[in-house]
Amino acid sequence: MTDAILELTDIRKSFGALKATDGVSLDLRVGEIHALIGPNGAGKSTLIHQISGSLKPDSGSIRFQGQDMAGLDMAARARRGLGRSFQISSLAPEFSALRNVMLAVQARQGSSFRFFRPVAGDRSLTEPAMAMLERVGLQDRARVPAAELSHGERRQLEVAIALALGPKAFLLDEPMAGLGPDGSKRLTGFLDALRSEAPILLVEHDMDAVFALADRISVLVYGSIIATGTVDEIRANPEVRRAYLGDAA
Amino acid sequence: MMAGLSREKTANIVLALLLLGVPLAAVAAGEPFYVTLATRIVILALAAIGLNIALGLGGLVSFGHAAFFGLGGYVAGILATHAFNGETVLFGLPSTTSMPVIWLVAVVLCGLVALPIGAISLRTSGVYFIMITLAFAQMIYYFAVSWPDYGGEDGLSLYVRNTFPGVNTAQPLPYFLVCLGVLAAAVCLFWLLRGSRFGAALEAARQNTTRLSAVGIAPFNIKLVAFVISAMVTGLAGALFADLNRFVSPSMASWQMSGELIVLIILGGKGRLFGPIAGAIVYVLFEFALGGITERWQFFLGLMLLGVVLFARGGLLGLVAGRARHD
Amino acid sequence: MSAALLIEQLLNGLQLGVMLFLIAAGLTLIFGVMGLINLAHGSLYMIGAFACAAVAAATGSFWIGLAASLAAAAAAGALMEVVIVRRLYERDHLDQVLATFALILILSEGTRWIFGSFPLYLDIPPLLQGAVPLPGGGQYQLYRLAIIGVGIVVAIGLYLLISRTRLGMRIRAGETDREMIAALGVDIRTLYTVVFALGAALAGLAGAMVGALQSVQVGMGEPALILAFVVIVIGGIGSIKGALVGAVLVGIVDTMGRFLLPKLLALALPASQANMVGAALASMLIYIVMAMILAFKPRGLFAGHG
Repeated sequence: MTDAILELTDIRKSFGALKATDGVSLDLRVGEIHALIGPNGAGKSTLIHQISGSLKPDSGSIRFQGQDMAGLDMAARARRGLGRSFQISSLAPEFSALRNVMLAVQARQGSSFRFFRPVAGDRSLTEPAMAMLERVGLQDRARVPAAELSHGERRQLEVAIALALGPKAFLLDEPMAGLGPDGSKRLTGFLDALRSEAPILLVEHDMDAVFALADRISVLVYGSIIATGTVDEIRANPEVRRAYLGDAA
Repeated sequence: MMAGLSREKTANIVLALLLLGVPLAAVAAGEPFYVTLATRIVILALAAIGLNIALGLGGLVSFGHAAFFGLGGYVAGILATHAFNGETVLFGLPSTTSMPVIWLVAVVLCGLVALPIGAISLRTSGVYFIMITLAFAQMIYYFAVSWPDYGGEDGLSLYVRNTFPGVNTAQPLPYFLVCLGVLAAAVCLFWLLRGSRFGAALEAARQNTTRLSAVGIAPFNIKLVAFVISAMVTGLAGALFADLNRFVSPSMASWQMSGELIVLIILGGKGRLFGPIAGAIVYVLFEFALGGITERWQFFLGLMLLGVVLFARGGLLGLVAGRARHD
Repeated sequence: MSAALLIEQLLNGLQLGVMLFLIAAGLTLIFGVMGLINLAHGSLYMIGAFACAAVAAATGSFWIGLAASLAAAAAAGALMEVVIVRRLYERDHLDQVLATFALILILSEGTRWIFGSFPLYLDIPPLLQGAVPLPGGGQYQLYRLAIIGVGIVVAIGLYLLISRTRLGMRIRAGETDREMIAALGVDIRTLYTVVFALGAALAGLAGAMVGALQSVQVGMGEPALILAFVVIVIGGIGSIKGALVGAVLVGIVDTMGRFLLPKLLALALPASQANMVGAALASMLIYIVMAMILAFKPRGLFAGHG
């Protein structure tokens, strides 16, 4: 029994002749931030989709908390404790920020087949949701429809929703994308503290954030992981420098 | 923003008062025809409220809800015809002329039929869903046409209106009040559903299915339950409609009827509590007023509808109350 | 039941399939290229039938009528696209359904206004009257055979148009990436109008040909349209090949079901009941087939995209 909460073994996925995922194995351990980096088109999104359940691998296994997740759809994986955020904000645009988070609280509490009690005055939903908005600093924007939030605020809301699920592991897909320097810095501090709550598999382009946060880094190139290691090991790895970081690094 | 909300509420109250007041005034003025017209409005609004659960809340564009409207109608027609002849229905089940029993049978039957239709149709989405629901409704339509025992294409007449305990349903006003009571109950149901956890999940499914999955709620189950509830309400309206006209025919299950139900919702304002009621009032009055002047009223209905779709996307209540809010 | 009767029914099924293909091909092309669901496609079928019947009655020639039907349906389609449909491409499917539903109301009532409520009749042209002998001793209407021939020619023509011509290349490009073809400098508005008019002309052709078999009347378009929906749902939306396979399947299943089911049931039930139950079941058969196919292939047999 390792302390890995999420374990990918030899995942393969092809689209026609293109091997988008070519034998990927990696794990996510308790208490860590494991960053997944790689150039555009390396297959990061395809991999995330397979972990979260929106794509089915051709072969290989994904185990979460020791259980094989094959055959479970996205909703079932989320219920088992996989909290994900999206590269492109994926919110209910007409709902207010608060109602977006309330939906996650409701999902965490169990049945959505309750037909009569109004949610609006239901403190078991509103209070935890409000608390999550406060944690990400969105409490003043609670009543604003998600569609009217700024880009940065929507990223914060994504994180609040993932938090509200009380997940066993986070799967964050480019949470820094499109944030300004201040926003990235704030979020970096926030994620730093979050790892004690649940480990994070972090897909990110912002190298400053990755180097500041990651306990381990895996480098994905053309669908395969060419190296996994600590920040220093990755910085020093000649293959990584050649394939990805280039001379500039 | 608050003004927008209260304007919609004001409009709703005005609509409710009109719906109750005009028929009472019509009876006082000795014009019972208008009571029948108002009953037609109430029943069509009820059918559209049913569809509004699927379409307005869940974003499920069912182009086949007339199937449930027709099924409800045939339940009333078939049970009553056998009762009139002193026979049993299939397999020795008793026939009846009691409205509450008929309603129950109509609602349960529509739920049972909607379950497989919904389960198959919801495997798809978008245009596929529209076409498949339309196709299934056409299947039920042709079944009604080709089954000669219950009148086939010619339809089935009810000799007398069915009964409701303590009410003389043969009179226009008491029957109107029965229907209005059912409509009020359906409005309450819609309001409760929309505000509930189920409603929150359903509205999220309309806006962003992936988001709903990502928080761990399976969209398929939510949508299927909504589709079934929606069909049940529309089926109940069908049973009332058969009793209103004392006649049921396959045309109740036709594609035109499915289209009309969608039109009622869009005219009034999709997803709004009183949208179907506003839509039904406008539709029936338009039909009545224009139908008196020209046989070609549907031509002008088409023009009006085209105008609403191209230029007034929030429907009539949208024009009165501004954009809908969901906070 | 003789072999000749069976062959005759099979040919009837094929003929129905061909008609459905002509309607479905346009529908699926319009959906594939523009992403539009057009309920008023059945009205274009009706316009073709009316144009053919009216012009044939006025000139005495079915063939001039047939040409008129193509021209009228294509013109009506182009006009529809330019005036109204163009505004719907960016809208959601609900708006498209409603606006084209409104168009059905307008076109149906408009046609009734011009031609009255009585059906028109169209005679089979002298050249195609008569019958041909079938193997096994029966005879088959020459006109229906000609319809099957036209369908085959159209299917081949569409295949060549899409795979071999410039227009076809643009259509294929439009199906995969609208922005790309705009970037290639293709006038996308004209392309859309041309595709819409082409689809309309095919529907009009179908209407004209069917007009000589049935009466020409308002309301003839929608049942055909809904069958065409079943066809493209089975075949996969956006796929011409799917439309062809789906159309032939639906045509043959429907025709053979109506022919064989009562006979099959008669083995177990009294004759009158067998006829009644058989007819009712046969009317539902294609929808059951559709449901079964969807249960395994939710996006149809030849699933494309969209």
